[in-house]
Amino acid sequence: MPIYSALRSLWHVFKHTFRRPITVQYPEERPRIPPRWRGRIILSRDPAGGERCVACYLCSAACPVGCIALQAAEDEHGRRYPAFFRINFSRCIFCGYCEEACPTRAIQLTPDFEMCEYDRQNLVYEKEDLLISGPGKYPDYDFYRVAGVAVGVKDKGAGERELPPVDVRSLLP
Amino acid sequence: MTEPWRSLVVIVGVLAIALLVIMAQVWLERRIIARWQDRRGPNRVGPFGLLQLIADVIKLFTKEDWTPPFADRPVFVLAPAVVMTAGMMSFAVIPFAPTIGIVDLNIGLLFFLAMSSMGVYSVVLGGWASNSKYSLLGGMRAAAQMLSYEVFMGLSLAGVVALAGSFSLRDIVEAQRHGWFIVPQALGFVVFLIAGIAETHRLPFDLPEAESELVAGYHTEYSSMKFGMFFVGEYVGIALVSAMITTLFLGGWLGPWLPPLAWFGIKTFFFMCFFYLMRGSLPRPRYDQLMAYGWKLMLPLAMLNLLVTGAFLAAR
Repeated sequence: MPIYSALRSLWHVFKHTFRRPITVQYPEERPRIPPRWRGRIILSRDPAGGERCVACYLCSAACPVGCIALQAAEDEHGRRYPAFFRINFSRCIFCGYCEEACPTRAIQLTPDFEMCEYDRQNLVYEKEDLLISGPGKYPDYDFYRVAGVAVGVKDKGAGERELPPVDVRSLLP
Repeated sequence: MTEPWRSLVVIVGVLAIALLVIMAQVWLERRIIARWQDRRGPNRVGPFGLLQLIADVIKLFTKEDWTPPFADRPVFVLAPAVVMTAGMMSFAVIPFAPTIGIVDLNIGLLFFLAMSSMGVYSVVLGGWASNSKYSLLGGMRAAAQMLSYEVFMGLSLAGVVALAGSFSLRDIVEAQRHGWFIVPQALGFVVFLIAGIAETHRLPFDLPEAESELVAGYHTEYSSMKFGMFFVGEYVGIALVSAMITTLFLGGWLGPWLPPLAWFGIKTFFFMCFFYLMRGSLPRPRYDQLMAYGWKLMLPLAMLNLLVTGAFLAAR
């Protein structure tokens, strides 16, 4: 046996007697979780308090495991919103593709990971479970302030404090 | 107190304390190794996780005790009992303190060697009776390993016996009153330590078990308390070899200020921790390497040690 190397490993391991354990004793101690952690998914509201989600189905299409289900509806102003929005967290892999796909920053992943359930059915979150009262990670962002919407008396992007519409088919910035 | 009563009390006391120490070892090992791996180890059940061992014992007792239909039943049942019994029997000859010790045999050392040889049967028979390939391979490895390491285990102790002039462990401890045998018998000490590790088939010499190659080696087919007895047997082995090293090379109970039993405990504890350190840091050698070290390195070293000791004693 390489005796020197064996003694050296013994010594190196022994030195760890005087080192602090790196274990975070979870229920009592909390790990610091970065704000961009991909945890429990929420639906956010714009700064005015309206729902951000426009039920475009992009998140549902982007989802690799197909755990997002929703149904689009229109209100009296012609604005789209989800009639129901359902995420099955027993399938969700927390990849964050839905957040990337979302054009209105409605769907967001949060640093919360404590969502264990004894009953699998309880992992299916409905819209009232997902929708929060605030704007989430983007406090000032309002999709319609940027993109505008035609409301009869004005064109898209023609109103006060509205930017002209972006040509989404152009690759130029 | 009359003499038989006193013996009974000592026997029961030694057995109880030995079992307690062995159970505590499981907890201690997990905590200490965790420390060396920058973890915390079991600390949830009871204060400092001390009740973990009770939880483990309850778990072992409530597991299904299953004998495979293809096994050789009587031998299969007998094998785990042998290792534990042989280990516990050896505690009979260990002098814990001048007045504490079950029996002072004038061939105490030989008794220890004989009992540790008995332990081999357990492993070999367990591997054979299980009638499965991994168990058999483990059993075969155990047989070869333990037999070859037994050879120089005995030889390495011959120097100690020659210096003390007695096979009685009590006399050997008394002979170290003016200097522990670890100094004149440094080589013998190293050889015995390595042989002791191989004899208890602990890491790095755990080839009979070798999780990464043989599933669990000779106890692959064992479950519940039968497995538990192999498990206990291993920890009995650690405690026993640590106690023997203490007795033979570190002056047993001898030491200033503290009571003799405390000295014995401290020294034994130190070597137990060394066993855990070995487990935490060293990789397992290959099987042919293990045999080569045994026969080509350790055996000549043990003989050299005996030769030099003999020459020294003859010249004196």
